[in-house]
Amino acid sequence: MSRSDVLVDADWVQAHLDDPKVVVVEVDEDTAAYDKNHIRNAVRIDWKKDLQDPVRRDFIDQAGFEALLSAKGIANDDTVVLYGGNNNWFASYAYWYFKLYGHGDVRLLDGGRKKWELDSRELVVEQPERAATQYTAQPADSSIRAFRDDVINAIGTLNLVDVRSPDEFSGKLLAPAHLPQEQSQRPGHVPSAKNVPWAKNANDDGTFKSDDELKALYEAEGVDLATDTIAYCRIGERSALTWFVLHELLGQQNVKNYDGSWTEYGSLVGVPIELGN
Amino acid sequence: MCGAKAGGPDLAGVDVANETIIQGSVTRNEEPVNGYVRLLDENGEFTAEVPTSATGQFRFFARPGKWTLRALVPGATVDRQVVATQGEFTEVAIAV
Repeated sequence: MSRSDVLVDADWVQAHLDDPKVVVVEVDEDTAAYDKNHIRNAVRIDWKKDLQDPVRRDFIDQAGFEALLSAKGIANDDTVVLYGGNNNWFASYAYWYFKLYGHGDVRLLDGGRKKWELDSRELVVEQPERAATQYTAQPADSSIRAFRDDVINAIGTLNLVDVRSPDEFSGKLLAPAHLPQEQSQRPGHVPSAKNVPWAKNANDDGTFKSDDELKALYEAEGVDLATDTIAYCRIGERSALTWFVLHELLGQQNVKNYDGSWTEYGSLVGVPIELGN
Repeated sequence: MCGAKAGGPDLAGVDVANETIIQGSVTRNEEPVNGYVRLLDENGEFTAEVPTSATGQFRFFARPGKWTLRALVPGATVDRQVVATQGEFTEVAIAV
């Protein structure tokens, strides 16, 4: 798999805005951002309302994913290009869902909404109308998802990559610094985890660094790319971006995203936690 | 929406006394600018990023200490150093 199979630049998207077999999808942490404006002909997926189970803490199942994509007018043979704010955090999270449920051709817009805005490219308020489809999803691919017991069993044996900021890793902050800090869980990180903040994967404009720079980053942080890896953050969206880097860009074979992440692990009774750097 | 507002977005429901708030606005020729503000720690490490609001405002919930704010707008990048204190608002007006 080459980089262009999973990542497209803004010029590519610009050239395919009217291509009926390319569906551009905006997924933002700020779910109202799409209402303000968006890339022309882009549809929205709301990570809270559309991607989460409404009752349990879990994400939508195979039937739910099929219903969602059918309603959005996305067909199995469409090329889906995901983008969003916050350097594609939630677009990466949605990308991971698309892979989990076996979509054939899904890519990220390099740099996401921020790069598009900093380039002063066109954004519109008109929402496209796409005819509903009959989307068929594959059973969830559990090889790319980690659960809490996988994380506990990985302590000291597999790569654990904590992608939160250094202050969250050390326990000084409980949430990203654009969110209020009131949380119930304990601060800190999983023992033996390496802190490789997601932001180190990206340039200031949100585009990904080169493969060589990315490999050098993980090697310098002591992450053996030949060893199986679990990435986590607070709720699993920033670590989906790191999962994208390791699994999709660098081609590491066994990488899982732990979407329970710190909001689950930091609330578990009796599990080991480390503080500090 | 016209004109930039001082300070950050609405704080309803937030326990301000327990937070270390850094907030402000980004303007160009006294008009709000659509862009992004990054929060970097004392080692220059990325900690958070927010888009500016329609009125040019931004806010972070940080911890006490030294921080760098980096405003990214089309065609310009501007840094500002700040020292934040718990229970207080650290106000930063960034002109680009």
